[in-house]
Amino acid sequence: MQKLGGVLILMKNVNYLIGSENITTSPLVTYNDEVCKFLNDLSSEILKSSISRVYPDLSAVAFWARKASIHKLKEKFGDTSNRTGRGLCFHIAPSNIPVNFAFSYFFSLLAGNANIVRLPSKDFPQTEELVKVIKNTLEKYPSIYKRTAFVKYERNNEVTSEFSKIADCRMIWGGDKTISILRMMETKPRCIDISFADRYSICIIEGQEVLEADDSAIKRLAENFYNDTYLMDQNACSSPKLIYWVNDSELARTKFWTAVLEIAKQKYQLQDAVAVDKYTKMCEDSIDNSSLISKIDRVDNLLYKAELRIINKDVQNLRGNGGYFYEYSLSNIEDLFNIVDEKYQTVTYYGIDAQKLANDVANHNLKGIDRIVPIGKAMDIEPYWDGHDIIRELSREIAVR
Amino acid sequence: MSLDKFHEIEPYSLSKDKKEEILFSELKELTQKHYESCPQYKNILDMQNIKPSEITKKENIPYIPVRLFKEYELKSVQDDEIFKTMTSSGTSGQAVSKIFLSKENTLSQTKTLTHIISSFIGKQRLPLLLLDTEMVKKDRSMFSARGAGIIGFTTFGRNTTYALNENMEIDIDKIEQFFTEHGNETILMFGYTYMIWQFVVKQLEKRNIHFNIKNGILFHIGGWKKLKAEAVDALEYNKRIQGVLGNVKVYNYYGMAEQLGSVFVECEHGHMHCSNYSDVIIRNPKDFSVAEFGEKGLIQLLSVLPVSYPGHSLLTEDEGIILGEDDCPCGRKGKYFKILGRIKNAEIRGCSDTYEKR
Repeated sequence: MQKLGGVLILMKNVNYLIGSENITTSPLVTYNDEVCKFLNDLSSEILKSSISRVYPDLSAVAFWARKASIHKLKEKFGDTSNRTGRGLCFHIAPSNIPVNFAFSYFFSLLAGNANIVRLPSKDFPQTEELVKVIKNTLEKYPSIYKRTAFVKYERNNEVTSEFSKIADCRMIWGGDKTISILRMMETKPRCIDISFADRYSICIIEGQEVLEADDSAIKRLAENFYNDTYLMDQNACSSPKLIYWVNDSELARTKFWTAVLEIAKQKYQLQDAVAVDKYTKMCEDSIDNSSLISKIDRVDNLLYKAELRIINKDVQNLRGNGGYFYEYSLSNIEDLFNIVDEKYQTVTYYGIDAQKLANDVANHNLKGIDRIVPIGKAMDIEPYWDGHDIIRELSREIAVR
Repeated sequence: MSLDKFHEIEPYSLSKDKKEEILFSELKELTQKHYESCPQYKNILDMQNIKPSEITKKENIPYIPVRLFKEYELKSVQDDEIFKTMTSSGTSGQAVSKIFLSKENTLSQTKTLTHIISSFIGKQRLPLLLLDTEMVKKDRSMFSARGAGIIGFTTFGRNTTYALNENMEIDIDKIEQFFTEHGNETILMFGYTYMIWQFVVKQLEKRNIHFNIKNGILFHIGGWKKLKAEAVDALEYNKRIQGVLGNVKVYNYYGMAEQLGSVFVECEHGHMHCSNYSDVIIRNPKDFSVAEFGEKGLIQLLSVLPVSYPGHSLLTEDEGIILGEDDCPCGRKGKYFKILGRIKNAEIRGCSDTYEKR
C-alpha cells in the first residue's frame, strides 16, 4: 500500500472521485481475466445509461470495452503467461477531450497496473457520467477498485510532482509543454513514460475512386471525413490538416467537397468566434504564407480551402481549425516522403492501398507516420497509438529459460 | 485625397442615396490606395482574387479583422511619413494594436472628431472636467488610445481640470472649486465608461456626496463588459451619474483605436449614430452575408479617415443590430444601431495542451 500521508497539506487540494490516497500499487497479470470481465461489465452498464445515447463518444467507449473487442485485442497481443503490469501508472489526461482518460485507464488496466488518473479539468457531462458508471461497476471488482484512484485538482505542479514520485509508469497526454514540465519532475529510476507529443496528420484521397463512388458511398465518405475533422474542430492531433489528392481532378474535388459541405451544413455548429478566427487565419495565411499558398476559397464560412503551390518541410506548420483545410495535388508520392518527419502521426485515406503505403513508409526510413487508417477512423483510439504498443510498454515480461 | 466635402457639411446631414454615392467612391479609392501601398493588404486581396477596381458597391469593399493590427505592422505610407504611432489600450500582457498615422491622417482625425462633437455641444469652448488622472497624459508609456482620447478631448474645453489624482482617487476639493467657479456655465466632462463608474459614481455614492450641476454634458467611451457583469445598463448608468453630479446630459460613444476620429455617438434616444464619415454593416457570422435591419450580427465598421493604414473597413469582434436609417426621432441622418458587446470566446474542442501555466 502506498501512502501519501507525508504531504498531506498539499494533497488536501486533491479531490478523489474514485478511490483514495491509500492505493494498492502491486501489479496484476497482463490481460487479467478479472479486468476483461470488468470491462465487459462496464460496457453493458454504459449502454444501459440513458446518457450514452446522447453522447456518441460514450457509446464508443462501451463498444470498445465489450467482450469481443477485448478478446480480439488479447489474441493479437499474444502470450501473456509471463507478463504482468509494472505497478502504479499515473495518467495525465487531456483537459478538453471528455472520454480519453477512460481509454488511457483501460490500456493500463489491461497491462496489469494500478492507476491514478487525473481527470480533465473541464467539466463535461460525459466525463461525469462515465466516472459514475465506472465507480458503480468497480464495486463488484474489489481487486481492481483498490488499485484505482480518479483525481481532480486545479493546475498544480506540486501535486503532479508528488504523484510522479510514486509512479512506476506515466501516461502523459496533452502536448509538448506538459511533457517538458513532467519530464523535469523527479520520478523513480525505473519509471517509464509514454508521452503523447503534439503531432500532425494528413489525409490522402484518390480522385478517380471519388469519381466512381455512388451517392451513398460519397455521403458516407463525407460523414466519416466530418467526424475526423469538424467534430473536434480539427483540434485533435490525428485530425487531418492537409488533403493530398492523388489522381486529382477538378470534378473529384468538387464532388467530395460538395458532399462534405452538405454534411457540415446539417451538423456543424459554427461559433461566431470560430467564424472570425477562420477569416483571420485566411488573412494571416495571405500575409505569411503566400509563397506556399496560391489561393484560398471561402465557401460560406463553413469551409475554407487553401490550395498549395508547393510542399516542403514547412507545410506542417499550416494548421487550420473548424473546417479550414489545405490541399495539394500530389503527382508523386516521393514528394510527400521527402517532407515527412517525426511530427507526422496519422494518415487517413480513401481509395489507396494502405498496406503498400505502410511498406513504403517503412522502406523509406521515415521517422514519422504511425497510423494509416481509413477516413472516419482518425479519432479511433487503440492501444497501438502514436507509434507505441501501449499495453506492452506498460507491462513487463518475465524472461524464463 | 481631400475630405473637405465632408468637413464642410453638417456631420449628420447626408441621407441614404447621397451618402451611398460619396462614401462608396471614397472607400473604393482608399481600397485602391491601400492595395497599392500596403503589401500585406495586397496579399489579402490577391489571395481571394479581389481586384479593387472591380468593386461595384459598398458591401463588397473587403474588410480585415481588427485583430490583424495587433499581429502586423500595417501601413500605407513610407516610414518617414509616419507622424505618430498609436497603440490601443490593452490590459497588460495583451497584444496591442499599432496604428501608424501620417500627419494628414492625424489632422483629419482631429478635424472629424471636432466636427462631430461640436454638433452636440456647440462651437464654443466649455469648461472641461476630465474624469481621469493627468497621469495618462504625462506618462509616455501610456501614450495609448486612452491618453490620446483625453488629449484629443481637451481641444473642446478650457480651464481643463482632472477629477482624479495620480492614485485614481477622486479629488473632491478640486471638483468643488471647479463647480463653484463655473457653476453658471455649461460644463463639459469626458472619461472612460467603467472608470467613471468605478472611481467617480461609486466613490461619490459611498461618501454620500451629491453635486448639483445645472447644465452639464458628459461624453464617455469604453466597453460595457464589466458593467454588464454588475447588471448596470445604460439607463441605470445615466441615472446614477445624474444622481451624483446633477443635471447632466450623458452621451456614450463608440470608437476603436483602429478608427479614431470618426466616432459613433449615442443620441438622446439611446441610438448609436453613424456620421457622414462612417458607416456600419452588420454581417451574419454564418456566411458574412449582409444582415437585415433588426438582425443581429458582427459589426463591420467603415470610415473614410484611414489613409496611412488600411483601416477603412474593419471586421470587429463586436455584435450589433442596425435599428434604422435616416429616420431616428433625433433628426440625425445615417444609420443608427445598437451594440450588444463582444462575441463569446470560442469553446475549444479537441486536445490542446493540458498543462496550464502557473
